[in-house]
Amino acid sequence: MAGYGDVKLLRDDGLRLDGRKIDEMRPVTIEAGILPVADGSAMVTHGLNVAVAAVYGPMEAHPRKIQRQDRAVIDVRYNMAPFSTSDRIRPGFNRRSREISKVTAEALESVVLVERYPRSKIRVEIEILAAEAGTRCVGLTAAAVALADAGIPMRDLIVGVASGKVEGTVVLDLDKAEDNYGQADLPVGILPNTGEVAFLQMDGDLSPDEFNLAMEYNFKAAAEIHVIMVDALKRRYEGGEN
Amino acid sequence: MSNGQNGAELRLVTPGMAIGPSSGMRAGSGALAQNDTIIATRLGWVKELNNTVSVDPINSAYMPRSGDLIVATVAEVRNNLWFMNVNGPFQGLLPMSLAPWKVEFGAARQHMGIGDVVLARVQEVDECHNVVLTMKGVGLRRLNQGSVHSIPITHIERLRGEGNATIQRLREACDCRIIVGENGRVWVDGDAEGIAWARQAIDLVQSSGHKKTFEAELSALENNAPKNGDA
Repeated sequence: MAGYGDVKLLRDDGLRLDGRKIDEMRPVTIEAGILPVADGSAMVTHGLNVAVAAVYGPMEAHPRKIQRQDRAVIDVRYNMAPFSTSDRIRPGFNRRSREISKVTAEALESVVLVERYPRSKIRVEIEILAAEAGTRCVGLTAAAVALADAGIPMRDLIVGVASGKVEGTVVLDLDKAEDNYGQADLPVGILPNTGEVAFLQMDGDLSPDEFNLAMEYNFKAAAEIHVIMVDALKRRYEGGEN
Repeated sequence: MSNGQNGAELRLVTPGMAIGPSSGMRAGSGALAQNDTIIATRLGWVKELNNTVSVDPINSAYMPRSGDLIVATVAEVRNNLWFMNVNGPFQGLLPMSLAPWKVEFGAARQHMGIGDVVLARVQEVDECHNVVLTMKGVGLRRLNQGSVHSIPITHIERLRGEGNATIQRLREACDCRIIVGENGRVWVDGDAEGIAWARQAIDLVQSSGHKKTFEAELSALENNAPKNGDA
């Protein structure tokens, strides 16, 4: 808690400020196919976060200089809406959104069978409508559902989830206060069926034991979110509606 | 959703889901052998035929195949060729030698400009996914009138019906010319009322073509067809 005075993030009874246990995730809901215009789309709510992802393509990559002769390019645009936080966000790209777009694209490239569509582009648009810590993970989850909904071949889905450390305790799925005043944040992208990690970032310090515990929490949460993702995709199409 | 689903219970799978052991089975389209299991790579229905497990995708991009009749739009024009948008991951190339007119070098623009719609056939697709189109052939031409609608390519069979029965019914009901391209573009030409009705009918076939209630819904729509004078 160095530098932040006496911000208290864990209650005396061991629960967190919002009443969750240390290994408890915020509630997650997922809906697939919410945008009829897009080839695939999804909306994910994770706590107070709301993310919408739309997928277009595969399509001819333009300008031609971005084409890759042996694979498709995944063009991700992550953006936070100006009204997504209480402080208005200036519209347009910034350093943070460029970074998140890049790491999300690289994570998705590891699951999408990009070699099936050489010289083409798959456009993924992620819009964060409401933000409360962990938006890159929510955006990644939404993008994975939207890609599956668009019929893009993938070797697995990908789940974005984060753990961190507050007051010396490893906790799952940080909320805004924990993210701002906590000691560490560990967002990861997990392939739920194979258990592989497609993307991992760490902000702050964790000891090896804390890191292992945080990853254990992440895998547990990823399995739970994966069930919700599969359910969202099945709900859309089962019953012969399409 | 589609044909070939009779018999065993349908199983909807999502990417990464194990759909069977790889021993003694082959992975077909929409599936991948990984270690000792076959996994789905697409969202769709599992199909098992002749020791091959595949996934019938619910959504899919159009992959051009040689011989396909398609409705394409001009995306770019060069001196001696046109790049065509074929509604797929790759643009098609229409060289002036395969156009239906005698085109002088540098005069491609005089025949077709960006946005023009043509009925073309896929001449060739090579291993690098270079798509060559041709407009030499009976009925292949520039489509100067009518309107173009898009449908998911997985719904094309549904729109055609068995032995083209459904599409023929629509043609007769609205007195329009309707051409269904393999690339999911449908060209409809006729009077404005006919086109509007055809559009409604195409939407109906898409949303209900596989349901038991489809026949009744289509009959009800046919009663309002412009040809019947009720529209």
